[in-house]
Amino acid sequence: MKKLLAISVAVMGFGTTAAVAETVGFSQIGSESGWRAAETTITRQQAEKRGIDLRFSDAQQRQENQIAALRSFVAQGVDAILLAPVVSTGWDNILMEARDAEIPVVLLDRRIDAPDDLYMTAVGADSVHEGEVAGGWLVDEVGDRQCNVVELQGTTGSSVAIERKQGFENAIADHPNISIIRSQTGDFTRSGGKEVMESFLQAENGGRNICALFSHNDDMAVGAIQAIKEAGLNPGEDILTVSIDGVPDYFRAMANGDANATVELTPNMAGPAFDALQAWWQDGTLPPKFIQTPSTLYTQADDPEGEYQRRKDLGY
Amino acid sequence: MPAAVKRILPQLITLLGVMVLVSLVFPDFLSIDYSDGRLVGPVIDVLKRGAPVALLAVGMTLVVATGGIDLSVGTLMAITGAVAAAAIVAGHGLVLAIVLALAAGLCAGGFSGFLVAVVGIQPIVATLILMISGRGIAQLITEGRILTFNMPGFAFLGSGTLLGVPVPVWIWLAVTALAIVIVRRTALGLLIESVGINRRASALAGVNARVILIAVYMASGLCAALAGIITTADIRGADANNAGLWLELDAILATVLGGNSLRGGRFSISAAVIGALIIQTINTGILLAGFPSEYNLVIKAVLVILILVVQSPSLAGDLKRLGSQLSRRAPRRSAKAAPQRSDR
Amino acid sequence: MLLALQSLTKTFVGMKALDEVDFELASGEVHALLGENGAGKSTLIKCLTGVYRRDAGSILLDGRDISPDSTSRAQALGIGTVYQEVNLLPNLTVAQNLTFGHEPRRFGIISPRAQRRRAAQMLEGYGLDIDLDRDLGSYSVAVQQLVAIARAVELSGRVLILDEPTASLDDREVQMLFAVVRRLRDRGLGIIFVSHFLDQVYALCDRITVLRNGCRIVTERSDSLDRVRLIEHMLGRELAAQEESEKRHRRSAPLAGEPLLSFAGVGRRGFVEPFDLEVQRGEVIGMSGLLGSGRTETAELMFGIRRMHSGTVSDAEGDLRLNNPRDAIAAGFGFAPEDRKTDGIIADLSIRDNIVLAMQARRGWLRRVPRAEQKRLAADYIERLDIRTSGPEKAVGELSGGNQQKVVLARWLAMNPRFLVLDEPTRGIDVGAHAEILQLVRELTARGMAVLVISSELDELIAVSDRVIVLRDRRQVARLSGSDITLENVVHAIAASDEHREVSA
Ligand SMILES: Nc1ncnc2c1ncn2[C@@H]1O[C@H](COP(=O)(O)OP(=O)(O)OP(=O)(O)O)[C@@H](O)[C@H]1O
Ligand SMILES: [Mg+2]
Repeated sequence: MKKLLAISVAVMGFGTTAAVAETVGFSQIGSESGWRAAETTITRQQAEKRGIDLRFSDAQQRQENQIAALRSFVAQGVDAILLAPVVSTGWDNILMEARDAEIPVVLLDRRIDAPDDLYMTAVGADSVHEGEVAGGWLVDEVGDRQCNVVELQGTTGSSVAIERKQGFENAIADHPNISIIRSQTGDFTRSGGKEVMESFLQAENGGRNICALFSHNDDMAVGAIQAIKEAGLNPGEDILTVSIDGVPDYFRAMANGDANATVELTPNMAGPAFDALQAWWQDGTLPPKFIQTPSTLYTQADDPEGEYQRRKDLGY
Repeated sequence: MPAAVKRILPQLITLLGVMVLVSLVFPDFLSIDYSDGRLVGPVIDVLKRGAPVALLAVGMTLVVATGGIDLSVGTLMAITGAVAAAAIVAGHGLVLAIVLALAAGLCAGGFSGFLVAVVGIQPIVATLILMISGRGIAQLITEGRILTFNMPGFAFLGSGTLLGVPVPVWIWLAVTALAIVIVRRTALGLLIESVGINRRASALAGVNARVILIAVYMASGLCAALAGIITTADIRGADANNAGLWLELDAILATVLGGNSLRGGRFSISAAVIGALIIQTINTGILLAGFPSEYNLVIKAVLVILILVVQSPSLAGDLKRLGSQLSRRAPRRSAKAAPQRSDR
Repeated sequence: MLLALQSLTKTFVGMKALDEVDFELASGEVHALLGENGAGKSTLIKCLTGVYRRDAGSILLDGRDISPDSTSRAQALGIGTVYQEVNLLPNLTVAQNLTFGHEPRRFGIISPRAQRRRAAQMLEGYGLDIDLDRDLGSYSVAVQQLVAIARAVELSGRVLILDEPTASLDDREVQMLFAVVRRLRDRGLGIIFVSHFLDQVYALCDRITVLRNGCRIVTERSDSLDRVRLIEHMLGRELAAQEESEKRHRRSAPLAGEPLLSFAGVGRRGFVEPFDLEVQRGEVIGMSGLLGSGRTETAELMFGIRRMHSGTVSDAEGDLRLNNPRDAIAAGFGFAPEDRKTDGIIADLSIRDNIVLAMQARRGWLRRVPRAEQKRLAADYIERLDIRTSGPEKAVGELSGGNQQKVVLARWLAMNPRFLVLDEPTRGIDVGAHAEILQLVRELTARGMAVLVISSELDELIAVSDRVIVLRDRRQVARLSGSDITLENVVHAIAASDEHREVSA
C-alpha cells in the first residue's frame, strides 16, 4: 500500500524530493464535542496539506477500541501514530508493542500515566497557562477598578477545571481589587452554565454586584450570556465575560458585543505533532517530551466575525 | 380532608421543609420581584428549572404505576431536542419542528413499550437499549456539536414568559393537569393501576394490558419530548451529549419522593411533580447557598436520604407506635394501639 | 399445655380483628379453628407466627413466652405453617421450594442432587407424581398446596398450622393429608386446622374453637358439639331450615330448543382433548374430575386464555372468535378463576374498583363507569354476597380469603354474562355464604344465564348441577343428567378405569 502510494505520488509528479508519503494512524476518542470534531477536521487538513496518508479511527469513547486501533496500526506498519487517549491509564502494553515495532507515538491533547519513554512526545495546551491568560486579560481590562468575579467551573474534579481555575487565580493574585465572589460548577455544558448563572444573578442582587464572569469553557459562557440577557442586563458591558476554548458560537457572541474575550484552545494539535514527526523523519531530531500549543487571546478587537467564519465549518 | 389532598400532604410538607431549609442559608429565597412584565425570584427559578424533571416525572409515574421503569427519557430529551433543532436549521417552521420532536418521542416510547408489552423484555432492559444507543442517534443528528439555531418563536418555549410566568412553567402545569384529568376523569388510571398490580388477573378481567403498557411508554416518550423541547429552546441549541444527561434518575427519584411504589400500582402524578419540585428546590438551594461545588452531590444525597427515611411508611409506623408506647403508662390491656402497617 | 394464646388482640385501621382471644393447643391434638369469613382465623394465625405484630396479649410455647417476629423465627421455634394463600416462590423449582432456607449443603455449596433426594423424601406419602425440577408455578394450585403442606410438615417440630389446606384438594388427597396429620398427632405434635368443610373437621379434629367477629365464642370437644349448634355458634343466629337441608333443585324437563352455545371439537394438543358440549339457556353444568384431569384447562380454553388448536364455538348468530379473554367477555362469557390471589383479585385496589374492573375494561377507558353507578354496584354486591368489610373502599388484599373470593364473584355477576364459568367458586367460603352463593347461582340461571361450575366438592356439585361432566386424563369420560346425578355415579365415573367408562352421547 505504502509502495503503491509512493508510486502514485511519484507518477503524479509531486514526489520530486526524496520524501515518500508517510502513513500516520490517528486514534481519535470520538466526536463527543464540537471541539473534538474540529480537531479531527484539522488533523485531516494538516495531513493532506503535508501529503501524509492519514488512517483515521474513531474509538467512540472506548479504550478497547483505541487499543484495537493501535494494534492494527502496528500490524499495518504505519510510520507514526497519533493518539488522543480517552483515559489516562492502561496504555503501557500497547505502547510497548508500538515501541518494539519502532513506531513513534504522539499523544494529542490529553496526557497519560505511563513512563515517558513509551511515547515520543505529547502535544497539548497548558490549562494553567490558559487560565493565566484569561485572568491577565481581566486584570488589564479593569485596571484599578473594584471588580467582583463569578466563576463557572468545569466538571468538579476534572483536571482541566482545576488547572484553569488555578491559572486564573494566579493571574489575579496580586490584584486585591479583583475577587471571585461566587464559584460553582456548570459541568462544562451550556444549560449548566445558564442555570448556574441564573442563580448567581439571583444571589447577587439581580447581577448588579457582578462585574465580570470567568467561565472555564465557552459553552457554559454562551449559556450564561443568555441568562444575563434574560435578566435584563447587557453581557459584555454590564458584566464582562472572559472564557476559554474559542468555539464559533462564542466568537459570534463577541461579534455581537455580548462577550469580551476568549483564550483559544487550538484544535490544531496535529500541526505541531506532524512538525515534530517530520523533523524526526528528516534528520532524527527528537522533540521535547511536551509540546505546548499556543493559547491565543481573542478579544472584540480581533475581528471576531472573521474568526467565526473561519471556524464555523470545522465541525464545532 | 379530601383524599386527594391527604395523598400529597407528605410531599407538600417535605417541600415546605426544604424551602425553609434553603431560606435559612439564603434568606431571600422567597422574595419575588416583578420587573419588565415578568416575575423574578429564586422560587420562579425553581418552577422554571424544575420543568424538565417535572415533565419526565409525569410520564415516569405512569410507567412506574404499571410496575415498569423508563431509563430512556434522559436520552430521549437529547434525541427530540436534536430533531427539533435539526428541523429548524433545515429551514422548517416552528410547528413542524415541534411536531417532529413530539413524534420522535412517541415513536421511541412506542418502541420501548413494544419491547416490554409484546416481546416481553424486562422494562429496565428494554429502556436501557434506548438509553445507551439513543445518545449516539442524537449525536448523528447534531453531528457531535451543539446545533445552534436562531428562532425566537422556538426559544420562547424555553425562556419566554407569558403573563409574567416563564413558559416552561405553563407547559408543565398544563401537562400535569391534562395528565391528571385524563387518568382520573377516564378509567385509564384504574386500568393502569390494575395492570401494574396484577397483570395476569387484569388480563383475565378483560383489560387489554398490552395496549395499556405501550400507551404508558408512549406517554413517557411524549413527556420526554416536551422536556427535550424546553431544554433545547432554553439554550437555543441541541446539545446531544449533555441534554437530559442523568435526568432519568432524577425523574425516578421524583416519582419515588412522590410516594409511588416502584413495584407498581396506585400512583399520584401530582405527588411526583411535587417530588420534582423538591429536587429542584434542593438543586437551586445549593447553587444559591454558595457552598463549594465539591459538596453539591453530598448535600443532595444527604437530603434525599433524609426525606426518604422520614417518608418511609415503616418508619412512620414505628414512630407512631413509639409515640403511643410512650404515652401509655397505663396497664397494657387498656392501651389503644396505633394503627399499624400491614406487613404482607 | 403445648401452646397457649392469652388475650390476643389485633386491630386494623378502623376494626378489631381479634379481641382478647384465648386459645389453647395440647400436644397430640388436632384443634379446629372455625368461623365465618372474616371472623379472624387467619389473623390469629398470622399473629401467632409473627406475620402480624399483635397489639396485646401473650403467646406461650411450653409455658415460655415467645414472640416470633417472622415466619422463619416461628419455624425455628418448631411452628410450621401453611398459610391460606400459598406463599411459595413460583419461579423456583419444586425441590428448591421444598428445601428453601435449609438446603442440604456439601462443603457449604448447595448440592442439587441432595436437594432433590431430600425433596423426594418430603413428598413421600402424598401420592404426588411430579417433576421436582420444574418450576412450582407451572403446577396447579392443588399441587402447590400439597408442596406447601409437605414443607410445613417438615419444618414443624412442635406445632403444625394448616389454614384451609384442603380448599383445592380432592377427596383422595384429603385422605392422604389426613393420614399425615394423624401420624404427626400421634408423634405428639399439636395441630391447628382451619377449614370450612365441617365433615373434615369432624373426621379429623379433637377439639373445636369458634371465632366470631374477632371474639372467641366457644371451645369444645368435637364429639360433644353437634353440627347444628356449631353452625349457630359460627353464624351467631339460628340456621334457617332451608339453608341446612340439602335442597336438590332439578328441572323436571330439560329446556328444549336452540342451545345457547355449542362447542364442537374444541381442543388443544397436549392440553385438552377435543370435546363437544352444548350449553342450554338457564342450565348449570357441573364439571368434575380428579386433580389434573383437565377441568381448569377446559375452562381456560373456553375463556380464550389459551388458544384452541381445533374446533369451533358458536351461538345462534354464528361462530364466535375466542382468541383471548377480551373476545370471550365480548361474547358474553365470564370466568371466576380458581387461584384468586394470582388470577382474580387486584389486591391493592378497593373492593369497588375490583368489582367494576371487568365492566370497565369492556366499556373501554374513555367511558368510565359513573361514580354513582360504581358505588351502587359495590354497595349492592357487598350486601348481596355479604362481603365483610369496613367499607367499599377497603383494599381487597386486606379482606379475609373468603371475602376476596366473593369480590371476584361480584365482578362477574356485575357483568351479567350469558355464560359464566366458576372454577371452585366456593373455595374458602363459609357455610352461611356457601348456601347463599349456591342460591345465587340458581337465581341467575332462572333468569337465563348458563353456568359451568367446576368443583372438587361433590356434594355441592351434585346439589347445584343439572348436568355433570366428568373428566379424566384431559378427556370427557362421562355425562350424567337428571336422576343419574348421584354421588355414587359421579364417584364411579371419576374412578372407573378405562374399560368401564360410560360415555353417554
Ligand atoms: N392486612 C389487613 N388490613 C386490614 N384489615 C385486615 C387485614 N387482614 C385482615 N383484615 C380484616 O380482619 C378481619 C379478619 O380477617 P381474617 O383474614 O382473619 O378472616 P378469616 O377468619 O381468616 O376469614 P376467611 O375464612 O375468609 O379466610 C377481616 O374483616 C379482614 O377484613
Ligand atoms: Mg382466612
